[in-house]
Amino acid sequence: MVRFEHVSKVYAGGQKAVDDLSLTIERGEFVCFIGPSGCGKTTTMKMINRLHEPTAGTISVNGQDIMQMDPVELRRSIGYVIQQIGLFPHMTIAQNVELVPRLLGWDAARRQQRINELMPMVGLDPAIYRDRYPKELSGGQQQRVGVIRALAAEPDLILMDEPFGALDPITRETLQDELKRLQAKLKKTIIFVTHDMDEALKLADRIVVMKEGRAHQVATPEELLRSPKDEFVAQFIGRDRLSENPSTLLVREIMHRRLVTVDPKHGIAEAVVTMRQRHVNSVLVTDEQDRLLGIVTAKEIEEVKRGTVADVMRTDVPTVLPDAHARDAIGRMYLDGLDHLPVVDEQRVLVGLITRSSVAEVLSRSAWQDGGAA
Amino acid sequence: MGELIRVIANPSFVDKLLQQTLIHLSLSGAAVALAILVAVPAGIWLTRAPRLAEPVMTAVGLLQTIPSVALLAFMIPLVGIGTPPALLALFLYALLPILRNTYIGIREVDPAAKEAGRGMGMTSWQMLVMVELPLAFRVMMSGIRVSTVLIIGWATLAAFVGGGGLGDTIMTGFAMVSTGHILAGGIPVTLMALCADFVLGRLEKVVTPRGIRV
Repeated sequence: MVRFEHVSKVYAGGQKAVDDLSLTIERGEFVCFIGPSGCGKTTTMKMINRLHEPTAGTISVNGQDIMQMDPVELRRSIGYVIQQIGLFPHMTIAQNVELVPRLLGWDAARRQQRINELMPMVGLDPAIYRDRYPKELSGGQQQRVGVIRALAAEPDLILMDEPFGALDPITRETLQDELKRLQAKLKKTIIFVTHDMDEALKLADRIVVMKEGRAHQVATPEELLRSPKDEFVAQFIGRDRLSENPSTLLVREIMHRRLVTVDPKHGIAEAVVTMRQRHVNSVLVTDEQDRLLGIVTAKEIEEVKRGTVADVMRTDVPTVLPDAHARDAIGRMYLDGLDHLPVVDEQRVLVGLITRSSVAEVLSRSAWQDGGAA
Repeated sequence: MGELIRVIANPSFVDKLLQQTLIHLSLSGAAVALAILVAVPAGIWLTRAPRLAEPVMTAVGLLQTIPSVALLAFMIPLVGIGTPPALLALFLYALLPILRNTYIGIREVDPAAKEAGRGMGMTSWQMLVMVELPLAFRVMMSGIRVSTVLIIGWATLAAFVGGGGLGDTIMTGFAMVSTGHILAGGIPVTLMALCADFVLGRLEKVVTPRGIRV
């Protein structure tokens, strides 16, 4: 489907972004490019639709050298999703979704039908959402639209540049699951750039670990976990994940790090908006130094409708230290019936959050390890 | 106030005033229309040739700094007296806000929208028409609005070079030391500028797509 042959990319300033890369991606494969920033993963992906052009070597899509193709036509035949979502704010959801079909000259009836097929695939009811504008949707909903927009003209190949990188952890996981489900159904070839190893392990059929513009190791997720090529890959996967045993995991290793917080001086209405946008039913309250002051939940806000966050927040929040054993923290959550446990350091600076989904993750990791050992 | 009433009590004077208002309006309108015709395409073109943007913007900005009476005077040896020098000078003044806002409006379109458009296979023309212009429209309109209000005020000076308009009455007022005349000329100019500001402001709102209204 996509073939790189000795491809290099040197930028005008002499900086080498991609260095003699050769790689073949099969039809229907889900390939993740992963690596530290500056490793050339995004450049590699953007060369496929000629947003960047290689300085040496050939890239072919479906056996055709892309440099011989018209870039505009090439791009219309490839789906493209970016981290910043990039929906057109002045167009409705339907207009955004039908954009490439419109560029390709599909008639209105066919475009209409396609919108009605696509929107339900990501749980958006066309009757409700088709005439809304992007800003009226949450970040997660917007990126769902971003994904179906890329699918609209039925491309065989889809490029995704850290598409879920800007979303909160819960939304991100949901969208990953949805994408995986879509992929199982539609069997597209997907090239997905990420810097999140969890995401790559979860989604990819094959992972390309990039380092300094080269494909450092190309392997299935299982192979990568079992036999990382060297220290660099091992470190990237994370030592803990390799030798991990749930009974020795620490809180810091399982906690969520992207958190939804509000300022105590904010109004309650603002806190409600934040919760709604991020699809959470509670937010942590922190001061300028990120110190945890309390927690506000949807329930409390319902009872008191006016005032500031400081007026309604609960300050008697149980917390846990990052170096505590995960096992103990989880035990406490179950005993005390907590939905979440904020992680704070000695200075009460908020560093993370353990939720019921972190618990599920620990359990699934141990299950996977048992399976692997058998 | 009494003086103003005395001046406008004369029906032939009112006729003259109406005529001057019309000239004033058409002179300003023509200057702004010409400026839009030149500055909008030029602004778009500058976004495609960003290296030229700085020098061009500086040159146009320089025009703005020439005192208006002096600029009008410069026009006389070039195009004579009457409407042409007035129109030319007003046109030059109207350029900068429109040019600058067109350029900035387009350049400040969210890079994510531009990248998405390019990645989805829009041609440069489609990008301009479907993405950049609609998203820059509000900023461009506000440049046009600023220009219009500015030009309606400055058109008063057209009288200095025989361009006519309400400046004639105001100059008569100066010559005769008649507050009535000055007010009779000055008030319509002010009203015209306020009206133009209001109407263009409404227009700006009406034609802004719902998705990007604030």
